[in-house]
Amino acid sequence: MEHMPSLYSAAMRMTRNPADAEDLVQETYLKAYRAFESFQEGTNLKAWLYRILTNTFINSYRSRKRRPEQTELDDVEDLYLYRRLGGLEAAAASRSAEEEVLDHFTEGDVKAAIEALPEQFRMAVLLADVEGFSYKEIAEILEIPIGTVMSRLHRGRKALQKALFEFGVERGLVGDRAE
Amino acid sequence: MQSDDLPLDCQEAIHTLYHYLDGELTEYRRVEIRHHLDDCMPCLEAFDFEAELRIVIARKCRDEVPESLRERIHKALSQELDGPE
Repeated sequence: MEHMPSLYSAAMRMTRNPADAEDLVQETYLKAYRAFESFQEGTNLKAWLYRILTNTFINSYRSRKRRPEQTELDDVEDLYLYRRLGGLEAAAASRSAEEEVLDHFTEGDVKAAIEALPEQFRMAVLLADVEGFSYKEIAEILEIPIGTVMSRLHRGRKALQKALFEFGVERGLVGDRAE
Repeated sequence: MQSDDLPLDCQEAIHTLYHYLDGELTEYRRVEIRHHLDDCMPCLEAFDFEAELRIVIARKCRDEVPESLRERIHKALSQELDGPE
């Protein structure tokens, strides 16, 4: 049961509501229990559990929603957040000024920014940046090619940075343009 | 400053930044980037920022498992173990 906290957190980001997240985690454990014979000893248990979680989410929970998922993201420059905070400027004010801003983002900001991502990008970012899976593991969990993992991550991360920056502006943590 | 204005080495380092942080570069490419970062403070700072951002995202994205859920799962698994009555 050591993976339950991370499975539950992932389920919360996927379903975006606690009741569905709880059902999803319970279903995942039951399926894992019933299919345990198919788990190969010595392979990654956490990745195996995530694969069940993800499949269950895609097959049972996502289909409850009828509204089509947005699949496009605006094209955003690399290092979006860092640049907006004044990084890479010739005369950067102080070394850690940009990093200090990060401390002011709340859990609510970060969770909302991830949950705002279209599903396919959200899953990739969640598995890489929150759970630390490798590209290969993510490709196996989501059953997509590694190239697709990389492009979803690239675009998803940029969109996440844009969402965080917008929270920062709304909350007055950063100016609309770094001073 | 746009990426296009950066020196070529820097453009390449920034382009490879995520693969580097994701641990997905070959050893050879990793060493090349590491050498560049040793000599280039602006790129090093950008890498540090992105690494820090990732830590912040991972840390602030945790939810506590409700005790009721743990109990539900234990109960459901025990029932499986006991088999149908």
